[in-house]
Amino acid sequence: MKTHLLSLTQLSKGLRAKEYSSVELVRGFLDRIDAHQPTLNAMVTILREPALAAAQAADRDLAAGRGGPLTGLPIVHKDLFCTEGVLTTCGSHMLDNFVSPYDATVVAKLKSAGAITLAKSNMDEFAMGSSNETSYFGPVRNPWNTDLVPGGSSGGSAAAVAARLTPAATATDTGGSIRQPAALCGVTGVKPTYGRVSRYGMIAFASSLDQGGVIAGTAADAALILREMSGFDPNDSTSVDMPVPDYVASLDAPLAGLKIGLLKEFFDKGLDAENEKRIREALAVYERLGATLQEVSLPNLPLSVPAYYVVAPAECSSNLARFDGVRFGHRAKDPRDLMDLYKRSRGEGFGAEVKRRIMTGTYVLSAGYYDAYYLKAQKVRQLIAADFKRAFSEVDVLMGPTTPTAAFPIGAKTSDPITMYLNDIYTIGANLAGLPAMSIPCGFSAGLPVGLQIVGPHFSEGKLLNAAHVFQRETDWHTKIPERFA
Amino acid sequence: MALTREQIENIAHLARLALQPAELAVYQQSLSSIFDFVGELDKADTASVAPMAHPLPGQTQRLRPDVVTETDHREINQRNAPQVAAGLYLVPKVIE
Repeated sequence: MKTHLLSLTQLSKGLRAKEYSSVELVRGFLDRIDAHQPTLNAMVTILREPALAAAQAADRDLAAGRGGPLTGLPIVHKDLFCTEGVLTTCGSHMLDNFVSPYDATVVAKLKSAGAITLAKSNMDEFAMGSSNETSYFGPVRNPWNTDLVPGGSSGGSAAAVAARLTPAATATDTGGSIRQPAALCGVTGVKPTYGRVSRYGMIAFASSLDQGGVIAGTAADAALILREMSGFDPNDSTSVDMPVPDYVASLDAPLAGLKIGLLKEFFDKGLDAENEKRIREALAVYERLGATLQEVSLPNLPLSVPAYYVVAPAECSSNLARFDGVRFGHRAKDPRDLMDLYKRSRGEGFGAEVKRRIMTGTYVLSAGYYDAYYLKAQKVRQLIAADFKRAFSEVDVLMGPTTPTAAFPIGAKTSDPITMYLNDIYTIGANLAGLPAMSIPCGFSAGLPVGLQIVGPHFSEGKLLNAAHVFQRETDWHTKIPERFA
Repeated sequence: MALTREQIENIAHLARLALQPAELAVYQQSLSSIFDFVGELDKADTASVAPMAHPLPGQTQRLRPDVVTETDHREINQRNAPQVAAGLYLVPKVIE
């Protein structure tokens, strides 16, 4: 039986019906991870022995009728989530020897729900990138065409799910890092509302934007994982103390009467014509399901990328100040004095893009420039949030493309940072306003997956997953797998 | 906005980053273009707009009782340290 082709929901049933054991399941996925690691480079660390030991324990629990909702099911964690006793590199030379002394809340919650960690996935260094090319451990390759990027920064997680090396993977999204790689790899990705999922133990990039989420094969699988990883955490000061709805129970609600707003600013000249066709076709499916479409305009949205490239680097320069070569992380050899220790440890430990963002952030926060850049950007951010609020007084959800184009060749956009930054032009708005958003596969452009983005008001994850699931009942784009991984 | 090489050196110093001469040239060019790009923000009229303090409206900083809740993790934390002795983190001599 090709268990790798089954969804998490199906695997959960199969485990409980004893069609296969957790050990068989986990070994099958580990073998696939090993077999495709040389081609895809989707992982940084593969946890074969601990995963098999956990699977044995899960089989004992299942036999005894014990265990949680995810008992015996495999998962992969983005290498930005701290995992106790396991290397946690964040894709950086700075942390290439860092063994986390504790579990991130997300890791602990999924562990206690019974999930088994197969591996830690590759990513752009410190989650700064849209192509997975900034990783110290080399680029991840797109399973649909290995000359192309998988997107980033959660490129390892997205590629792994697309190649069915795992049924699901955790990921994080600061400016599109879940949705953009999910779109380019043809899988389902959810970025929850800011504060819905704990950031404790997520290595920080931009704290007012970072949010953990999930990449999976289907919306139903994403709902299953998100239900377990969400919730209040006293260890995260911006975690929101609100009950977590049952995202699985609401998946099948009918969509008749759903008011969908089409973001005028997303259907602009930058959008590839073939991609636009796929998006329009997906919208027609929603119309057939009884939803209504209306165009809405968010006039300040075009300023989201410039606002982001002030706010995110500012917060990054502050967060990454902790890497000083003293308590953990890379330390330069034979420092002359303390200043030399700091400067060379950081100069050697960080890659080119991370240094660029630290310097951008340092400049916008420096004396005399704070008002002109940081304060201005936080005001523009408020305008963008107000635009979304106005839109959600007219419609239930917003839809549009996740990315302007399908996946691009490795190396194509590395020379000009602005070109790379513009990959996230459709995704950044949701981060600036703290909104939940997701990407689902909606067809192909020249053989490459296209993603439909769905954005909702704060804490509307249940509605987004419902809209995505009903679409996936009507279409089969989410079941398409690159031939060599089938 | 064109940044000078001296400005880049100063930013790198403030950020505590040792850069190679070749890197300085690259960052001089790319940071200049980034600041041209973010200059678009000037187009927005924000005269009567308050800066965003939190992505969720109405959220304030949560406080907890001021009591000790953590135990001592020094030994396990120091396993990641580049250089320790007798439970202390070692750095180059700071005071002559």
